[in-house]
Amino acid sequence: MSELSETGTEQPPEEAKVQSAARLFDVRNVIGGLFTAYGIIMTLVGVFDGKSAVAKAEGIRINLWLGLVMLAFGLLVLLWRTLAPPKLPDD
Amino acid sequence: MQGSAGVLAASGLRLNLDAIDYVILILYFATVLGIGLMVRRAVRTSSDFFLSGRALPAWVTGLAFVSANLGAIEILGMAANGAQYGLMTLHYYWIGAVPAMAFLGIVMMPFYYGSGVRSVPEYLRRRFNDAAHLLNALSFALAQVLIAGINLYALALVMRAMLGWPLWLSIVIAAAVVLIYITLGGLSSAIYNEVLQFFVIVAGLVPLTVIGLKRVGGASGLADKVRQSALHDAGLHTWANTANSHNPLGANWIGIVFGLGFVLSFGYWTTNFAEVQRALSARNMSAARRTPLIAAYPKLLIPAVTVIPGLIALVTVKGLGAKSGDLVYNNAIPLLMRDLLPNGVLGLAVTGLAASFMAGMAANVSGFNTVFTYDIWQPYIRKDRPDGYYLKVGRIVTVIGVCIGIGTAFIAAGFNNIMNYLQALFSLFNAPLFAVFIVALFWKRMTAWAGFWGLLSGMVGSALLYLLYLAKVVTFGSDLDESFWGAGLGFVLVLVVGAVITMFTTPKPESELDGLVYGVGRTHVSGETLVGDRGWYRNPVVLGGTAVVLALVLYIPFW
Repeated sequence: MSELSETGTEQPPEEAKVQSAARLFDVRNVIGGLFTAYGIIMTLVGVFDGKSAVAKAEGIRINLWLGLVMLAFGLLVLLWRTLAPPKLPDD
Repeated sequence: MQGSAGVLAASGLRLNLDAIDYVILILYFATVLGIGLMVRRAVRTSSDFFLSGRALPAWVTGLAFVSANLGAIEILGMAANGAQYGLMTLHYYWIGAVPAMAFLGIVMMPFYYGSGVRSVPEYLRRRFNDAAHLLNALSFALAQVLIAGINLYALALVMRAMLGWPLWLSIVIAAAVVLIYITLGGLSSAIYNEVLQFFVIVAGLVPLTVIGLKRVGGASGLADKVRQSALHDAGLHTWANTANSHNPLGANWIGIVFGLGFVLSFGYWTTNFAEVQRALSARNMSAARRTPLIAAYPKLLIPAVTVIPGLIALVTVKGLGAKSGDLVYNNAIPLLMRDLLPNGVLGLAVTGLAASFMAGMAANVSGFNTVFTYDIWQPYIRKDRPDGYYLKVGRIVTVIGVCIGIGTAFIAAGFNNIMNYLQALFSLFNAPLFAVFIVALFWKRMTAWAGFWGLLSGMVGSALLYLLYLAKVVTFGSDLDESFWGAGLGFVLVLVVGAVITMFTTPKPESELDGLVYGVGRTHVSGETLVGDRGWYRNPVVLGGTAVVLALVLYIPFW
């Protein structure tokens, strides 16, 4: 579960002091991490899919396509997290 | 047993999962429990546990709002209705959800969020009296454990299909996962998981629609095959023949527009605390108001992965619609998964269904523990304890709620179409409550006891109609038609009883209604808006109005 341990340690130290759950924890790390992991797994499954798997899905290489879409989505969410890190609410 | 997969089409519903499917499923469960553990460290106060410390951004609460509704009952049940009633099921999304979500964000949220109440029953306590408060708190708690039971049962169906586990074992194991992550992290844990679940559910279900449509020859092929099915051409229309009841739903336009579109829908979306709680955890008024409005957009499109697969199942799975066994309508989606998905995406779809169960169940449980602690235990049983005490009560109540949910799962197991059972519950609990709210918000003279007696008579009236229908004393076009009329009856009873009682009792002084009634005192709409939240595209009226217009436009091709 590498993406899980990352999220706990990535937070800047000043934010760790703030008590509220939302400020300690950014769900984008988890979404991005899980989808990146799923994307890689599904893409690999898709690359090695046999004829019967493709035939069952009406000729669509569904694992490959879905894997690539999930990988792209996961990386986009992680990119969003990097470009717009969580900021402290001004209260 | 139809099966292009030939050898794969084993007996009944059993899916042939292999190692990769289990990797995907286990990775998801580990992530869910990991979220619980991570959030656990941040929960210090009861407000953190029950309301996420009121600190979440709008996109998080918005997706959690739609996900809390996207339980397995919603997915399995709406696909079942798609197969049974055809495109008329779309009414549950477009007229039966989006307008109410817009109303909640535009009109009602300022009163909920602005008055600082922690729950829907707490609003009734301030607007009316302890009696109305306690009645609503108790009935809400009861409804939540009943609905949690439906969610558990729905998941158990999927687990039995997937692994061949007995029903009771699936129910207990599934309940344990939700129990652990809610007890650890409270509402934050529920909400973060809901956001994650939303994406996993979509990723798991979209392939089903894509492959299914390819198999039946695209949209036009599907339409041709539906015309030749038991639904005939009527299965492809939403409003045709609603002047009378000669349509698959057996309901006329009055029942659809007022029963479903107004009373049931507004009752569910605007007063159901399991939903409203997501918005109350937003970080400011603007985010709270945008919560249901952001949720409205995904809601518009969800039928593509529920109703459409239901229709595909109708035309590809021979014998679908049996009274019992594996071919009941509720199994439309699992049957399609068996027929269409190869390993890999199959594991993802199973994960999506498991996730959707947990989304629904977690919403019920987190609503239940909040209302029980804040609205029953704290005011009436153990007052004035330190905050840590109530945090502990919340955790214990979570355990109790899940245990009761396991019991009620076996009640749900007795219904052929779980969605209809759910709608019956809504007509009973939510419709009268919505009527009370509408009058309470806009008529400052309505008295405290009018609120209590109105709510009680509405619930009793709707329950009586349901019992008479079950006893076959009165008849309706379908189960769903009954729920429309039950909701309508509950609504009207509240208006009549509330008005009569108001004439004989004294209203509360205006000073006590500050921020609780339209036009009385401040409503805090502008006060808390942050500078960055003032863009026109974040305006609640623009967001909500656009969603409603889109809902109407989407109807056009399916008239």
